[in-house]
Amino acid sequence: MRSFSYSRPSALDEACQGAESVRFLAGGTNLIDLMKSDVERPAHVVDIKSLPMRDITDRPDGGLRLGALVTNADTAAHPLVTGRYPLLASAILAGASPQIRNMATNGGNLNQRTRCHYFYDPAMACNKRSPGTGCAARGGRNRIMAVLGTSDACIATFPSDMCIALAALNATVNLHGPQGERTVSVRDYHRLPGDTPWRDNVLQPGEIVTAIDLPPAPFGPHHTYLKIRDRQSFAFAIVSVAVGLQMEDGRIRRGSIALGGVGTKPWCVPEAEALLNGQPPSHSLFRDVAERLLHGAVADRDNAAKIRLAPRVIERALWQAAVGTPQSQTDKAIR
Amino acid sequence: MTHVSVAVPCRLQINGQGYAADLPPSVTLLDLLRERLGLIGTKKGCDHGQCGACTVLVDGKRVKSCLILAVSIPDAAVMTIEGISQNGRLHPMQQAFIDTDAFQCGYCTPGQIMSAIALLEEGHIHSRAEIREFMSGNLCRCGAYNGIIDAIERIVAQQRGNHAGEAA
Amino acid sequence: MNVISTHIGQPVSRIDGVAKVTGQAKYAAEPHPPGMLYGVVVNSPIARGRIETIHDAEARQIPGVIEIMTHLNRPHAALFEKSYMDGLGVPGAPYRPLHDGEIHFNGQPVAVVFAETFEAAREAAMLVRVDYERWPHNANFEVALHQKYMPSKTRSNYVPPKPRGDAAAAYALSAVKTEGRYHLAPEHHNPMEMHATTVIVEDDGTFTVWDKTQGPQAVQAYLASALSLSKDQVRVRNPYVGGAFGSGLRAVYNVFLATLAAKMLKRAVRVTLTRPQMFTHAFRPEAVMDIALGASRDGTLQSMIVKGVTDTSRFEHNMENIVIWGLINYRCPNATADYKVAPRDTYTSSDMRAPGAATGVNLLEMAIDEMAYACGMDPLAFRLHNYSDIDAMHDMPLTSKALRDAMAQGAQHFGWHDRSMIPGSMRDGRELVGWGMATGIWDAMFSPTSARARLGQDGRLHIATAASDIGTGTYTILAQTAAEAFGMPLDRIDIELGDSALPECPTEGGSWTAASAGAAVWLACHSLRTKLFAALARCKNAPSWARQDSVKLEGGALHGMNENAQDSLSLSDALSLTGQDVLEAEETAKPGLRGKISQMRKARFTHSAVFCEVRVDPELGTVRVTRLVNAVAAGRIMNPKTAASQIRGAMVMATGMALHEDSLMDERVGQFMNHNFAEYHIPAHADIPDMDVLFVNEHDDEVSPLGVKGVGEIGMCGTAAAIANAIFHATGRRERNLPITLGA
Ligand SMILES: Cc1cc2nc3c(=O)[nH]c(=O)nc-3n(C[C@H](O)[C@H](O)[C@H](O)COP(=O)(O)OP(=O)(O)OC[C@H]3O[C@@H](n4cnc5c(N)ncnc54)[C@H](O)[C@@H]3O)c2cc1C
Ligand code: SF4
Ligand code: FES
Ligand code: FES
Repeated sequence: MRSFSYSRPSALDEACQGAESVRFLAGGTNLIDLMKSDVERPAHVVDIKSLPMRDITDRPDGGLRLGALVTNADTAAHPLVTGRYPLLASAILAGASPQIRNMATNGGNLNQRTRCHYFYDPAMACNKRSPGTGCAARGGRNRIMAVLGTSDACIATFPSDMCIALAALNATVNLHGPQGERTVSVRDYHRLPGDTPWRDNVLQPGEIVTAIDLPPAPFGPHHTYLKIRDRQSFAFAIVSVAVGLQMEDGRIRRGSIALGGVGTKPWCVPEAEALLNGQPPSHSLFRDVAERLLHGAVADRDNAAKIRLAPRVIERALWQAAVGTPQSQTDKAIR
Repeated sequence: MTHVSVAVPCRLQINGQGYAADLPPSVTLLDLLRERLGLIGTKKGCDHGQCGACTVLVDGKRVKSCLILAVSIPDAAVMTIEGISQNGRLHPMQQAFIDTDAFQCGYCTPGQIMSAIALLEEGHIHSRAEIREFMSGNLCRCGAYNGIIDAIERIVAQQRGNHAGEAA
Repeated sequence: MNVISTHIGQPVSRIDGVAKVTGQAKYAAEPHPPGMLYGVVVNSPIARGRIETIHDAEARQIPGVIEIMTHLNRPHAALFEKSYMDGLGVPGAPYRPLHDGEIHFNGQPVAVVFAETFEAAREAAMLVRVDYERWPHNANFEVALHQKYMPSKTRSNYVPPKPRGDAAAAYALSAVKTEGRYHLAPEHHNPMEMHATTVIVEDDGTFTVWDKTQGPQAVQAYLASALSLSKDQVRVRNPYVGGAFGSGLRAVYNVFLATLAAKMLKRAVRVTLTRPQMFTHAFRPEAVMDIALGASRDGTLQSMIVKGVTDTSRFEHNMENIVIWGLINYRCPNATADYKVAPRDTYTSSDMRAPGAATGVNLLEMAIDEMAYACGMDPLAFRLHNYSDIDAMHDMPLTSKALRDAMAQGAQHFGWHDRSMIPGSMRDGRELVGWGMATGIWDAMFSPTSARARLGQDGRLHIATAASDIGTGTYTILAQTAAEAFGMPLDRIDIELGDSALPECPTEGGSWTAASAGAAVWLACHSLRTKLFAALARCKNAPSWARQDSVKLEGGALHGMNENAQDSLSLSDALSLTGQDVLEAEETAKPGLRGKISQMRKARFTHSAVFCEVRVDPELGTVRVTRLVNAVAAGRIMNPKTAASQIRGAMVMATGMALHEDSLMDERVGQFMNHNFAEYHIPAHADIPDMDVLFVNEHDDEVSPLGVKGVGEIGMCGTAAAIANAIFHATGRRERNLPITLGA
């Protein structure tokens, strides 16, 4: 890790001074890791942990506001979250390890970077790390890389579990920056790599995530977070699916679904979700939804298995949600 | 390009003792413990949050000390393996690890023990499956996993016994 | 030897337990001599080529940086490759760290930054820039296979396969045939502790080198030779080793670089590798095996043709015994095998837990399972039907082989007889249930070893040998042995290991330490006891009962016998009477001690039968291992508690081999890309079910002086195959590549 200067402001505006060479430090589980790997080289680190964004509060619409600095562990254990958003709690618990979840914050989780091996290795060509150098992952060992939303410039997977649930829940991100406040839907927060893979999301220099708002989620027991990975715990997703279904008289009134592990961002396809509306659960329906979600998937050297696996995981997750038997993150038998 | 790192005040309670110094901000809590304070019981198995060998308690919660800047947790109470035995008497979890042969090389052990102590506090102890899931942030290459789960279950049983005793 | 066991064979808790659970045990990176410098290594990102320029000016600007050592400014080290030969004895031209500007493999160290703080060294290492001239390389195993060869000089432990009968003809005539190519991915040892060396420069200019190694004396010899020092200038210590599994068999580059720097800077230094750097040295070779089996319709094996290739580097010829195991373990009239190595531009592959057998036994046992099914036979029955009571390859009797018992007891414990033969026929809810089994075999080795026993004024027994406890329980079993041999309570025994200055002991590996060091300690204690009795007999002021033959040592004191049964004398009093401060004996155990004849004419192996249950989700292909039973026949078990842990630990590693571990080579750069614990998956808590280990009774006093065979590797052999076979039983699909990962 290279030398840097450090400050710990206690007021929001003090923190949001905005410069390319500044990084916010929250839990540090991603930033410090990347600084040690010489991927992130900030000149100045602004420790934001003294800022006031540490609560989970009720919203007038029956939703919830998650402060950006609340830890992943506290979020997953919060009674309002486990009570109203068990899908979110489940997705958080499917990620990382207890120690990391005790450190990691909601704002940090949203802004975590890819686990692409080539991104992590400064000797390798990587457009995300060093714009214009190329993409060593293409044609390389890329079984963990994305199959959806990729570009010639980058095929890196967005690795979060929590954000997949946030996308399925249609959450909104609250930002505060030098230009003031704005909100962005989680679904629009992360960017496709296109020609500019170095920009993971829409955050502008100096802009900070202050909170994540959750709208009411009328799913009852009809939700699930199903994560398939290389070992039973403490591994990033190969494929994951977050689903919430609003059921009415045995029919799906409205369905929401997001994929993790396969996309360059949390993967949502509104047309696929629309297929669910008003339909009774059925194999053919779920197959169609899966097919639509995977539409346009491209494999590179090692990751074709994701394209084979994803539809099956999607269908299973849809059934889990439809039947109301969400996946347990402790009992490893897949329901 | 290199940047100047200005030393930053660091103030902590480590195993109940006050610590204060000015440190370069790049010093991690793990390296502070091991290299500057001689508290080598906390181990470094990866330095990237991937193994759990560096697990310590910060304000009672288990965390990976390799990914924490020492200056970034002002006034925190840090508990390491060196702090859990009192007056030379082993913590019950330490004794249980010995009794169930919950380690071989011993390198992951302090991290496993700190994690296990926190796990009990968190209460994720309702089944072996649950204990396994919530201990999975601590890797053990020697494969002492069965013994570790046995040790934790022993302490859980002891505590339940004690509570039953208290209730009666 | 006639051992009445009050200590040996007891499930004693580890005597180093308190040191380990309190964090007081000191590992290689943990001494902190005054003025110590931190060394951080810079590695080559290219596989082949030459260093053109090293730009280190910027790095030297970092405050606290003392030196940046490269091939251009390093002090003198031995010139010739043969001076860098280490204990493992891999033929070829060993790699010489920082020797010159030529790059032989990706990850080769090209510079080491030394600074007063770790933070400064780490930062400066990031600032060192190196220009390379790139040469073509090949790191692709498939391509290397086309260049496979048999080294003209083989590794000393290489066992050439010995053909019998006419395997090709018998295969052609066999009624039932199976044939396939099996593959094992390269794996990295990844002990939890990263390789590290701390060098202390003593006042007299000698070096005390704390290194993570399995052989302090081997490292001492290596350093002396490679750095042109005399042996008394280097002392190597490794009292605690945070796992190794073979990665500490050879001297890793950090020990050479640290000691070289200490010589150059005349200061204490420490070099610790990072986790990614743990992927720049030893690894288990990638392997392919082509296995063709022929049998008659009744399930009698008629022919076995095994061809295997493992990878090696371009500069050394690493070899493993992967093709011989089936030829040894099965009765089959016609058998042949062939082995070659395939060179690529990487570092040299090396021994990893159960080298050769972990690969060869597991892949073969997968093929045997296929054949059992091809014959329509239960896999256990098939193995029993083709059971060999001898080493079928060398046509040699065995000192013992209680594999039949292991199979029977393991099967019983597992409930194997309730298994349905048809794949895919067992279910629990949504999941398919599969039961698979395999047998394991590993050498029971013995190496000459010395040990010293010393009785001091404090009445404590001090045992010393240069063995290494890498988590194997060596401290504990040697204490038990000494307690048994000397009639001493365990808590009055001190064991000193891990120091090149101690009596000679071979590098820890191959599971021979328990048998060999155990025997040496046994002998030394007996010799010390004889000395004590003799000294007392000569001693005029000793009580008369104590000067006679009928004295016994028990509970740490001398006791009279018969009419003198009431009399006793403490050991410190006894020592005082003899007028000596200490009494000491050193002995060397040699294989000839008991089994002189059998060492020549009998083969010696450890055996096991492994049973596994998996649950497979039929749609998603996810696999969970839910039960493992291993019945082991390993002679005398010194300590069933630590021995069972050894077996379980190997079974965990074998689970990794079956399902997770896969070092992903990017051939374009010659680098393993998933070089960290987040992407190279070793099993975590959640992957490992409760595992039952049974030790079957196997009395064998020919195999080694104490009847011990060793338990460090056998748990690897067969377990991965049992898992793969269980997956077949669950799904009806044969996977011939390990690991079996998602989407396979
Ligand atoms: C070994 C390991 C395994 C893991 N496994 C998983 C897994 O399985 N699933 C999963 O989802 N995650 C996993 N993670 C990732 C982990 O969830 C993230 O690292 C974590 O959520 C990041 O949060 P943080 O607070 O620590 O962020 P930091 O490291 O502090 O910050 C990360 C980034 O976000 C920026 N940032 C932080 N807060 C804000 C804010 N409020 N506004 C703007 N920018 C901000 C920082 O500047 C930085 O660029 C794993 C991590 C590790 C180390
Ligand atoms: S996939 Fe993206 S992150 Fe990975 S090397 Fe290519 S550009 Fe970099
Ligand atoms: S050293 Fe911190 S998690 Fe491995
Ligand atoms: S005891 Fe060796 S790594 Fe766990």
